[in-house]
Amino acid sequence: MEQAEGTVIRYEDNVDTDVIIPARYLAASDPAELAAHCMEDLDKTFVSRVKQGDIIVAGKNFGCGSSREHAPIAIKASGISCVIAATFARIFYRNAINIGLPIIECPGASEEIREGDLVRVNFDTGVITNETTGRKYQGQAFPPFMQKIIDDGGLINYINDQTK
Amino acid sequence: MGMTMTQKILAAHAGLARVQAGQLIEADLDLVLGNDITAPVAIREMNRFERKGVFDKDKIALVPDHFVPAKDIKSAENCKCVREFARCNEITHYYEVGQMGIEHALLPEQGLLSPGNVVIGADSHTCTYGALGAFSTGVGSTDMAAGMATGKAWFKVPSAIQIRLTGCLRPFVSGKDVILTIIGKIGVDGALYQSMEFTGPGVASLSMDDRFTIANMAIEAGGKNGIFPVDEKTLSYEKEHGAKPGTAYEADPDAVYAKTLDIDLSQITPTVAFPHLPENTRTFDRIPDIPIDQVVIGSCTNGRISDLRTAAAILRGRHVADGIRCIVIPATQAITMKAMEEGLLKVFLEAGAVVSTPTCGPCLGGYMGILAAGERCVSTTNRNFVGRMGDVTSEIYLASPATAAASAVAGKIADPTAYADIVDPSRV
Repeated sequence: MEQAEGTVIRYEDNVDTDVIIPARYLAASDPAELAAHCMEDLDKTFVSRVKQGDIIVAGKNFGCGSSREHAPIAIKASGISCVIAATFARIFYRNAINIGLPIIECPGASEEIREGDLVRVNFDTGVITNETTGRKYQGQAFPPFMQKIIDDGGLINYINDQTK
Repeated sequence: MGMTMTQKILAAHAGLARVQAGQLIEADLDLVLGNDITAPVAIREMNRFERKGVFDKDKIALVPDHFVPAKDIKSAENCKCVREFARCNEITHYYEVGQMGIEHALLPEQGLLSPGNVVIGADSHTCTYGALGAFSTGVGSTDMAAGMATGKAWFKVPSAIQIRLTGCLRPFVSGKDVILTIIGKIGVDGALYQSMEFTGPGVASLSMDDRFTIANMAIEAGGKNGIFPVDEKTLSYEKEHGAKPGTAYEADPDAVYAKTLDIDLSQITPTVAFPHLPENTRTFDRIPDIPIDQVVIGSCTNGRISDLRTAAAILRGRHVADGIRCIVIPATQAITMKAMEEGLLKVFLEAGAVVSTPTCGPCLGGYMGILAAGERCVSTTNRNFVGRMGDVTSEIYLASPATAAASAVAGKIADPTAYADIVDPSRV
């Protein structure tokens, strides 16, 4: 996964994991079943309009609240190729890395990128390009250790690799 | 440059003489926790490990508490998954219905945590154990799986906000009002990626139950952990609950803090977080008459015995207002037993409240008190996000047990300090 490219679905600050995947669906853990209810309490149109490769751009503190890994799993299974936010809540940040959902912190991109823009993210350099406006932003690239977890497809594969 | 309490604990568990904020480390774990929502996902992940089994059957705690006794068939399947895993791996600390309680009230009560421990739990309110001078933090299911398999977890060493406490709390003001006040000041991301380290002479005046409540909601300010210094109250709590001796870490005198916040406990007044964020706090000088439909007294934040004692002091000889549903949930079996022995359950029942078996149920909109469209609830729980307890148009007002009890009687959000003639049993 060196880069992602897709159309932007835009949200604001403090998108919590309860609206990403409400607790009434937590008895399920099948990714496709979770994806069917992704963002339901924030945006009822998300499930019907999201396309493979789309990118979520949000404000600060994305993924705050509950530690439910069902949240990044639901987003990933919806086809989202990357989440860009000004900041992420820390448990969501860990969970996204651990399950291999690409995320990137970039306050500038978070502020300026609009719904429907076409955006490209290079994970090696952290550069985010808004193809619609031509603007480029420098996001926070992962430290090598976290990049390796993502490249391995998540924490379990990484640990299996390390213990070989 | 000195280290904070959290940094010292992490350094010791990473085998390092010192660490600094931002450093990535791998730390040994003293306890790994999961519940009936998060553990099944972790257990499935465990199967993907090439190395089989758990690192230490005595250092894993599995507590089905969210949707138990099982609320539906899927919940029952999740519980069965956890039960079978616990049996196959001979997990010492598995708690079946009948022994279980809300995890963050149960584990300290069972003496499973000691000062200086490093603990991860696949539940965001794992930060509660910072009240005991431990580093404990919430993670997701994959981290939990890795922790169960290897006994280790990676961490980015956090910087810290120092919260310096002075004074002591007034009657019917509690730890809940303290942490809501702090979140109101710094915001829901005010401590993002950071530790919240509580210091100062005011700490000594706080009960252990107050400290649990305060540390519990560190996550609601975005914090990685909340932590209290170890004092005589901590040691006496630990002795009472049969915990193993731990190590009391103190921050270095020259520890570096990203920020310091001074809180005079004697100035805190009952505080309510309005919908839909814990940072939307108001004190009663700015609260109009707001009629309510339901009150919940319980959860990992406020289901402990002193919470029930304070609520009962207000409800004793009074009645829940007409048309209001008041749901009381003692957090563990032992708390239920104590509440029964002290006559608190009788007070609740006579007041027209219902008393439930321990469960996280209503806090996260699982069951046992879901809100319909447009309904309002005063709740001693920890989150008031959109749709958290039910319909997306329902409203949650977060408050202390005293405020919740006063509101149940009044049928609207009410100031508990109006009961000046009653002794607050938690403040004597």
